[in-house]
Amino acid sequence: MDLALTDEQRSVQELFADFFSKESPPERVRAAEALGFDQSLWDAVAGVGAITMGLPEDLAGAGASTLDLVLVAEQFGRRIAAVPLIEAMVAAQVLARTEPGQVLLDELAAGTLIPTIALRPLVAGVARLAPAGAVADVLVALDGDELVMVRRDGQRPHQQPQRNLASAPIADWDLSAPSSQRAVLASGQQARGSYSDALSMWRVLTAAALAGLRREALDIAVSYVKVREAFGVPIGHFQAIQHRLADLFGYGDALQLLVYEAGWARDADPARAQALAEMSFLAASEIAFLTCREALQFHGGYGFTLEYDIQMYFRRAKAWPLAIGPLRDSYQHLAGSLFDAPNRQSLQE
Amino acid sequence: MEFEPEDQYAAHRAAARAWVAANVADGWLEEQEVTGNYHTPELHLRLARDDLLGAGWPAEFGGTAVDPGFARAVFQEALGLGLRLDGWFSTEMVLDTVLHVGTDEQKRDMLSAGARGEMVIALGYTEPSCGSDVAAAKTRAVRDGDEWVINGSKMFTSTAQEASHVFLLTRTNVDVPKHRGLTMFMVPLDSPGVEIRPVHTLGGQRTNATFYSDVRIPDQLRIGPVDGGWGVMRVALIYERGLSSPPVGPTWADRGADWARSVSRDDGSRVIDDPVVRERLARIAIESEMTRLLTMRVAWAVQTGAMPAVEGAVLKLLANESAQQHLSALLDLIGEEAVIQDPTSGSFPQAVESSFRKAVFTTIAGGSSEIMREIIAERALGLPKNRPALGRPVAYPLTI
Repeated sequence: MDLALTDEQRSVQELFADFFSKESPPERVRAAEALGFDQSLWDAVAGVGAITMGLPEDLAGAGASTLDLVLVAEQFGRRIAAVPLIEAMVAAQVLARTEPGQVLLDELAAGTLIPTIALRPLVAGVARLAPAGAVADVLVALDGDELVMVRRDGQRPHQQPQRNLASAPIADWDLSAPSSQRAVLASGQQARGSYSDALSMWRVLTAAALAGLRREALDIAVSYVKVREAFGVPIGHFQAIQHRLADLFGYGDALQLLVYEAGWARDADPARAQALAEMSFLAASEIAFLTCREALQFHGGYGFTLEYDIQMYFRRAKAWPLAIGPLRDSYQHLAGSLFDAPNRQSLQE
Repeated sequence: MEFEPEDQYAAHRAAARAWVAANVADGWLEEQEVTGNYHTPELHLRLARDDLLGAGWPAEFGGTAVDPGFARAVFQEALGLGLRLDGWFSTEMVLDTVLHVGTDEQKRDMLSAGARGEMVIALGYTEPSCGSDVAAAKTRAVRDGDEWVINGSKMFTSTAQEASHVFLLTRTNVDVPKHRGLTMFMVPLDSPGVEIRPVHTLGGQRTNATFYSDVRIPDQLRIGPVDGGWGVMRVALIYERGLSSPPVGPTWADRGADWARSVSRDDGSRVIDDPVVRERLARIAIESEMTRLLTMRVAWAVQTGAMPAVEGAVLKLLANESAQQHLSALLDLIGEEAVIQDPTSGSFPQAVESSFRKAVFTTIAGGSSEIMREIIAERALGLPKNRPALGRPVAYPLTI
């Protein structure tokens, strides 16, 4: 047991904290709200090697661990950056394990191709509300018994996103369109296993992004209550506010440990990795939204105006986790991992 | 970062289990449940007989040759059976404090008596009129030549009925801010003027109110400087936090799932197949995992020599608040069987019922949840202090 980040991990954390705070300040996030995508930020993200950093070094990657990716996703979430980084990292991981996918790796690493993944199996050949469906060029999806990849060419955006709570570039992606170039990556049990592992990775990285998001929301709230005055004192003086902020700090602190553990377990403790991915995802979903809700509440009427940044966090905290479906389904999924798994293993072991 | 939990005492585990198997009698657990007395004198004597109590202390002050890791493993194994060692843990914490702040004579006398099992120490901090605001203590100690005369009362002096001494927080100066007028004493409970009255609690534990009327003790029993009691208490608190160890055994989610697998509804369906039950248990599992991680972090921080003030507050707040909610939720899931009180029956519903009552005190004792939130708000978030009376002298004259 060693709960300190290593020097290398700390430098990853610092590098990306610095990168996203410079490249994705609130003005840039606002400027990208209509499409939900910031092309020059994407180019910069590719420039620092973030998209393929988790791939092995002989496959255009840097051999980063999942925990490294978690540290990156946390900083990405903290600045609610308008790029589909998590979906791209996950899709790249899937593609790198297949022959048709490996052909694309150089373009993925360079950022010239944007990959994404459909978080629910296709229905009648359509990926409904696919993440980055408006801007991505390559989609990984589960189509019945097959894990498939489609590629489309042409100018971005490929279509306009449906207006949505997260201001994300989500859009339906119809794989039966004649222009689609479709390739089968795997089929049968292998396809399902690979897809399920990809979703597990998405849950961990999304949990990390939400952990970063909630941290910034808490910082925004704490800064605000120290300066906003009511009844002659800063409102941070009141216990009604202090104690709720203290609870949120505690939840966030515990969440961060859980997310790091889930990232670590993907590489080091496969028996518990799936359950921990689901746990971290659900905990992050609940805690990030609660934090944003409280943070917005403490802003009073200003929190309800679009002028203040907290609403941008509030909307994403609620919307990001829903990309994969209703939360109740995720709870049932977790219950299955914990209570029904054939070699059910206590997390306390 | 590396999350693999380590058993610090792995090398001692087998020997510790053997010790417990050979020395713990079958009836003790039930006796503790029935009487609410969380100190079993016979167990304490056996621990002393085998030199387990003095393990780790310097030999010159009564420390024994036993490996402290073995002693710690034995305590853990006993706790794992459900036994409580409250009398020893308060004694150890106070004697560790004496080792830190006491005179050489005190260290020699008290630690060796503690190691022999002859000295059992109860904590005398809380008073009828002050709990969380512990520095507002009104119990007076007034110097009279080489002696001190003590008058006042304490609440929740747990295990005083079994103890030889009470580690007493007293007021020795009324002219300074309240934190600066406190002094600690080691008061023999057989001193004339000490009265112990039982107080029974919702959780089943017997605690006490203790009263002190013109109790005279020599200055040699003062622990730490006159008016320096607050600093001594802080040392004691650090040792209290250092005791925190990861929870052992299955979580309430695991135990709840085992129970839900074993019972059926009237329509024949298994309780574990109910999606509402499954979601509730999954939520408990998530929070239990977070508690486990927070506990691991405090233990890790202590091992690395840090003083985890904020981390300790976060752990205490979340662990106890969430455990209370989990037990309440389990009662709701179980239904009518959960109200039956029979803690020694070994059945899951009755274990939940008993734990549900015991858990009530965890968010109050040892620093209430509100105090933990205050620590976090001030130290971690930098929010302004807002206690109205902070630093002002206590209002006098005293009424006891």
